[in-house]
Amino acid sequence: MTASDYDSVRPPDPPGGRRRGRGGKPRRAGWGGGDGAREMPMVPDAEFTSYYGRPVVKPAPWGPEIAAYLFLGGVAGGSAVLAAGAQLAGLDELRRNARLAAIGAVSLGAVALVHDLGRPERFLNMLRVFKPTSPMSVGSWILSAFSAGAGVAAAAEADRLTGERLPLGPLRPLLRAVEGPAGLSAGAFGPLLAVYTAVLLSDTATPTWNAAQGELPFVFVSSASLASAGLAMVTTPVAQAGPARTLALLGVAGDLAATQLMTRRMDPVAAEPLHEGRPGTMLRLSEALAVAGGLGTLLGGRRRWVAAASGAALVAASALTRFGVFEAGIASAKDPRYTIEPQKRRLAARRAAGIKDDSVTTAR
Amino acid sequence: MPQLAGPTDPAADARWPDVQARKGFFTDTSICIGCKACEVACKEWNGNPRDGNLELLGSSYDNTGALGASTWRHVAFIEQGRERIEEARASGRALVDLGMPSVGAPGQAGPAAPASGAAPADPAEGAPVEGGQHPDTPEFRWLMASDVCKHCTHAGCLDVCPTGALFRTEFGTVVVQADVCNGCGTCVAGCPFGVVERRTDGTAGPRHDRGKPGRSGHGERKGEQPEVPNLNVAQKCTLCYDRLLDDQVPACAQTCPTTSIKFGDHADMVDQARERVAELHAQGRTEARLYGANDLDGVGGTGSVFLLLDEPEAYGLPPDPRVATADLPRMYQRAGLAAAGMVAAAAIAFLGSRR
Repeated sequence: MTASDYDSVRPPDPPGGRRRGRGGKPRRAGWGGGDGAREMPMVPDAEFTSYYGRPVVKPAPWGPEIAAYLFLGGVAGGSAVLAAGAQLAGLDELRRNARLAAIGAVSLGAVALVHDLGRPERFLNMLRVFKPTSPMSVGSWILSAFSAGAGVAAAAEADRLTGERLPLGPLRPLLRAVEGPAGLSAGAFGPLLAVYTAVLLSDTATPTWNAAQGELPFVFVSSASLASAGLAMVTTPVAQAGPARTLALLGVAGDLAATQLMTRRMDPVAAEPLHEGRPGTMLRLSEALAVAGGLGTLLGGRRRWVAAASGAALVAASALTRFGVFEAGIASAKDPRYTIEPQKRRLAARRAAGIKDDSVTTAR
Repeated sequence: MPQLAGPTDPAADARWPDVQARKGFFTDTSICIGCKACEVACKEWNGNPRDGNLELLGSSYDNTGALGASTWRHVAFIEQGRERIEEARASGRALVDLGMPSVGAPGQAGPAAPASGAAPADPAEGAPVEGGQHPDTPEFRWLMASDVCKHCTHAGCLDVCPTGALFRTEFGTVVVQADVCNGCGTCVAGCPFGVVERRTDGTAGPRHDRGKPGRSGHGERKGEQPEVPNLNVAQKCTLCYDRLLDDQVPACAQTCPTTSIKFGDHADMVDQARERVAELHAQGRTEARLYGANDLDGVGGTGSVFLLLDEPEAYGLPPDPRVATADLPRMYQRAGLAAAGMVAAAAIAFLGSRR
């Protein structure tokens, strides 16, 4: 066997022979071949339900910025809805605070979004096409349209707050004329901004996000409602925050119901990451905070400090929901089990139901 | 709006004025020898940087790991003993028998298979088959398979790309334009096969030693590495679009010494795959099956067709891939309903608490 001059300088084989794989897990009896007459497996016996336990799909290369954006987009969208309502109902303080919250949240969110791009300097490339099949493309247009309205409305508020000291010159009458329509436009795009991120997550091969597609939009709008209402309860005196309190309660009810329904309707294995580990903890805490904030709003919402504390709890609950859902999805993509088991189950179910012609694997 | 699911000619669906015949691979893993020449040829031709740190992964001879931004061909190595071979053979037979009333799901077919009896391919219980019946050794087999981008009829990556950086070529393949991509990463999550990836600096530690404290001694740069092109944008197999435009065969297929990787018109590839699997079945090798040759599947059929010798998940392939965009109309409906619900909630909030 030795054919090389260098074989003489090779150290002697370790006892047990070379190439025995790592860890030295005892081999299963009955495989035979220990005498070297046949080829031996190098790696320990493994369950071949996956390829060395490696993931099948790749997780989105998204950092916590994207989770923050999910939250901030919700706060911005909900705040714009509140601002539009306050504008129509003549609640000046609520309108001002909600408008400022909307522009603040959407600005932070947009910065987070751009920062997470691989090539941030090319973020405008998203506005070179409009692609209905891409929720990210649709979302970037929603974000742009929303920001335009929210920006104008917030500029008018900023001008009033500073006692008309912004250097607007002849543009001031124009700003006054368009701030109403701009506020309503932001209010119209607000729900879309709050909900499109649910489609963005579900329209992927990431098992947990994809499996949640039916109910995730409802979870996200509820979470956006309670977060923006909570923020308004923090910033706005109780006399004007009545609609925010009602919206917060509706948001809490929707959030609890939609989350329950979502986890029950999902494939049980694909739902696991929502219950386990850090995402599970975050989502449980989120639920507790939502309930606490809701109860606080219901029982003590007319007392300023209770309202502020409840509002803060609701804002935190929404942030935890978004981070929890986000991280659960990333975790589900990293473990092949969450891809393979639900897929095998649905394939078997279709076959059992008599649909036998749509498998990717075929005998001919 | 393009067709979101079901059989179609992808180039025509993308409204190319001069549609070429759809091109694709047929990767016959039954004759792959695991030489990795395809991996090398691909890297050379496409100028892809090294990824990973030249570590041994402890997975047979596979130290590449998986497809990724800089690995557009990946050779899988799987070592199996007799039990596994029998299970693979049984699950393959269950596929063949699909449609016959007595056969259950392939997962349950393993233990039940020997009872189904009369087929001459069945090895006698507990005794190894001596020669003749099967061309492979019953105690052991080594599966090798060169994986590649599937160039799906309905490509999840392409559908969700917000910039138009990913596009459908006139050959029906899917290609990233690196100078348009802004690295948003949506395509990475959109691919049901885990193929496309955002390129990092190509090495696992040397340049910046990102994270991983306590691994400082790990992975010194082995040799000078050239500048990494197309950093932080999505990268994947282009089916050698540049070579196709010059009527050349993709680098991997050109270099494959055993013709395990075949390249040609997609229709011919599917025909060849069907002939080959029938041939193997006739030899009693019922473990052979096709992957991606059915245009009724969840991605409308794949441009890269494979002949596998075990369940797809054994190779790291999804057993029932489905392009997420196929369900997008329903997702938009649900989102619209949810948004309407939010407006309704706000209306109740303001009308209900009118002073």
